[in-house]
Amino acid sequence: MLSYTEKIREIAGRLLASGAVDMVIGFRQGTIPMMNEPHFAKTPAEAAKLMWDSHCGINLANYLTDRKERIGIVAKGCDSRNIVTHIIENKIKREQLVVIGVPCRGMVDKRKIAMKCPGEITEVIENETGLTAKGNGFSQAFEKKDVLQHNCSLCIHRNPVIHDEMVAPPVEEQKDVDRYADVRAVEAMNPEQRWKYFEDLLSPCVRCHACRNACPLCYCPTCFVDESRPQWVGKGQDASDVRTFHFLRAYHCAGRCTDCGACERACPVGINMRVFTKKLEKDCLDLFGWEAGLSPEVRPPLDVYRPNDPNDFIK
Amino acid sequence: MEHMGIEPGRLQFSWISSAESTKFVEVVTQVTQAVKALGPNTNFTKKLAEVA
Repeated sequence: MLSYTEKIREIAGRLLASGAVDMVIGFRQGTIPMMNEPHFAKTPAEAAKLMWDSHCGINLANYLTDRKERIGIVAKGCDSRNIVTHIIENKIKREQLVVIGVPCRGMVDKRKIAMKCPGEITEVIENETGLTAKGNGFSQAFEKKDVLQHNCSLCIHRNPVIHDEMVAPPVEEQKDVDRYADVRAVEAMNPEQRWKYFEDLLSPCVRCHACRNACPLCYCPTCFVDESRPQWVGKGQDASDVRTFHFLRAYHCAGRCTDCGACERACPVGINMRVFTKKLEKDCLDLFGWEAGLSPEVRPPLDVYRPNDPNDFIK
Repeated sequence: MEHMGIEPGRLQFSWISSAESTKFVEVVTQVTQAVKALGPNTNFTKKLAEVA
């Protein structure tokens, strides 16, 4: 996987030097371990800062919205599906893009590593099979499969769905993954238990809206939570406002969410708000046989009318 | 909404043409009865700020 870095730099350098693109969006080393940041390379020299490891979880499709330049973008499976969604929703043109596809083996959840280490981690070294976290007086090894982000461990689209260049041959997709065990667990509860479950889930929320900001689907010029005339939802931490925010945020992602995990990753208090979007994802799959962002040619189910659309809920 | 813990039956959808006055009356009666049977909504309620 680490060999990807060289290949990404080579492709980005070539694209920028030839003038095929105005910039390449990828990742560079962050200022603290396990926190890579987006990098916008505009010259071949800047392309040398691009890199790849298991901490590139941010969804780069987020940075494409309404861009006018020609852009090379580094895309793992989920990023590529969100790029497709952007193309479908006219937020970027396919002709503007050179998609540098990265076959992905999953991203690492920094919280899982931090929780198992006795102190502050100052360095994380990665090799082909695992990672070693080092800090003051400790050095701890991890197998990558034990510390994957939850959504990555359930991922069934690791390879980019569209690409112009590939940094490596496709990786094997995960088979026989039970993607919706957590959703079914909630479905099995009675209404009171469900209410309690979500109350507990959302109780630490500080309404920082980082989940919204990290999400490539959330590109409205003014988000409904920021509107003040009319004010759709209170801005404080009242439980009903917190819930309204999460509930509506999830609904805006219906039929569009690719379960990239950017929201959960961005959350400063570690709320798994993916349980909302995953329910909608599961419904879309059950009712319409739809998975978001697999092809720019097909219109999404909430965008088209079919005579056999399920409508049993209307009396 | 039901997935999140709202009781089944509290939220209902219906398609009624402006010409279907009888259906409108029927549906409104049914919905009010169903909701009354469920009792007052305790979820999604907000307390006013308490001032000493």
